[in-house]
Amino acid sequence: MPDALIAWLPYAVAGWVLLVGCIGIVTSNNYVHAVVCLGVVQSATYLLLLAIGWSPHATAPVFADTSTKAKVVDPVVQAMTLTDVVVGATVTALLLALTVQLAKQHGTINPDEVRSLERDQEDE
Amino acid sequence: MNDLILVILLAGVVVLSTATAFTRDPGRQALVYGGYGLVLGVTMVALQAPDVALSQIAVGAAIVPLIVVLTVTKVNRVLEQHRRARERR
Amino acid sequence: MSTRLAGRLVLLALGVAGVAAVLVVGFGALPHFGDVSHGYGVRAVAASLSHRTANAVGSVTFDQRAFDTMGEELIMFAAATSAVMLLRRMRDEDEDEAEFGYGGEDVVGALRLTGTAFLPVTLLVGCYVIAHGHLTPGGGFQGGVVLATGMHLAYLAGDYKVLERLRPSSLLDIVESGAVAGYLAVGLIGLGLTGSFLANWVPLGSFGDLLSAGTVPVLNGLVGIEVGAALVLLVARFLDQALLIRGEGEDA
Repeated sequence: MPDALIAWLPYAVAGWVLLVGCIGIVTSNNYVHAVVCLGVVQSATYLLLLAIGWSPHATAPVFADTSTKAKVVDPVVQAMTLTDVVVGATVTALLLALTVQLAKQHGTINPDEVRSLERDQEDE
Repeated sequence: MNDLILVILLAGVVVLSTATAFTRDPGRQALVYGGYGLVLGVTMVALQAPDVALSQIAVGAAIVPLIVVLTVTKVNRVLEQHRRARERR
Repeated sequence: MSTRLAGRLVLLALGVAGVAAVLVVGFGALPHFGDVSHGYGVRAVAASLSHRTANAVGSVTFDQRAFDTMGEELIMFAAATSAVMLLRRMRDEDEDEAEFGYGGEDVVGALRLTGTAFLPVTLLVGCYVIAHGHLTPGGGFQGGVVLATGMHLAYLAGDYKVLERLRPSSLLDIVESGAVAGYLAVGLIGLGLTGSFLANWVPLGSFGDLLSAGTVPVLNGLVGIEVGAALVLLVARFLDQALLIRGEGEDA
């Protein structure tokens, strides 16, 4: 495996996932689809952070059964990512609750069809 | 050998993330997202981050697909009701 | 293709190209993958070992950056409370309890058996993950999610009524808020005892024991309770909306 390939691959993959998620959001015609694509965008940052923390021939930063002098990867980025994952899911839930409310009030979850509140009240 | 495993997992991440973004039906997209979350979790283990992988698999493969499918069920029913109300007018 | 859609796609292409260019320049300036020397990482591991915490990630989360974790926990609390409030039953909707026909008979026997058998096991694993968060990979956030997901095995096994009895909403509300208040209380006690908020004031114990690492297992437990309660309440609202609550004119 050539060194040059592995030197930039994880960062490139993180960038790709970020952009593909953004494309998914912009070309979406369904708010629930857009919320899941937002989750994909967030996961790109997890990958980037963990890739930055990695070292070759290093093990996980847990010393339950490894010697305390062993070489380990960076625990700081892992701590950041770990809380991010769970909190990101809760924010996704909040967005989905808003989508349900939107469907009840406006009768549509297509971003192009949702207009301001005034237009809706004109139809009534 | 480790490099090869990491390259294969990253390729899986690329394929599944693209599939998740371009699956239009949200019900199916939830399942693809669950698969993507699983592959991402295994990638995190390959990057020596078991804590984060535990979070990611529990959340991305269990909680998020569940609430997305429940949302889709509810929204479809609400939209059907609105459609019928509009036809009656 | 309408002009508005074409215009939007052109704008998207420009945006993606711009961000991609910025990312290429940025990542090009980073050291190669694996070449980085981690200044913070080395010092964080040393600090974790000096506080006798075997799980360095747990130490960073609940000891060295405990204030940041408190902020994350409060975000979670706020988001879960807001979502629960948004999904409440409105005045013009009713909840049909009696007509909810999903019971044990509708579920395949094997699924019912597996769900019922795995429910206590999963809850126990969740408690284990929370309790050993300072020794092995795990902790409050992960264990809380395992607990919340495990509860819903009862739903899969066809016993929605059992699930409803296992999650009294008002009790879970109080427990969730109590756990957040407990986290703040631990921080304030640290402030009172040593002069810095969220300092590690509990006796440190010996490395690798269940009762070691000071405040880390305490905060792990509190966060685990909060995350588990918040997620159970959240999924409960989604389940109610999808299965029980009907607006005017909706049918099953």
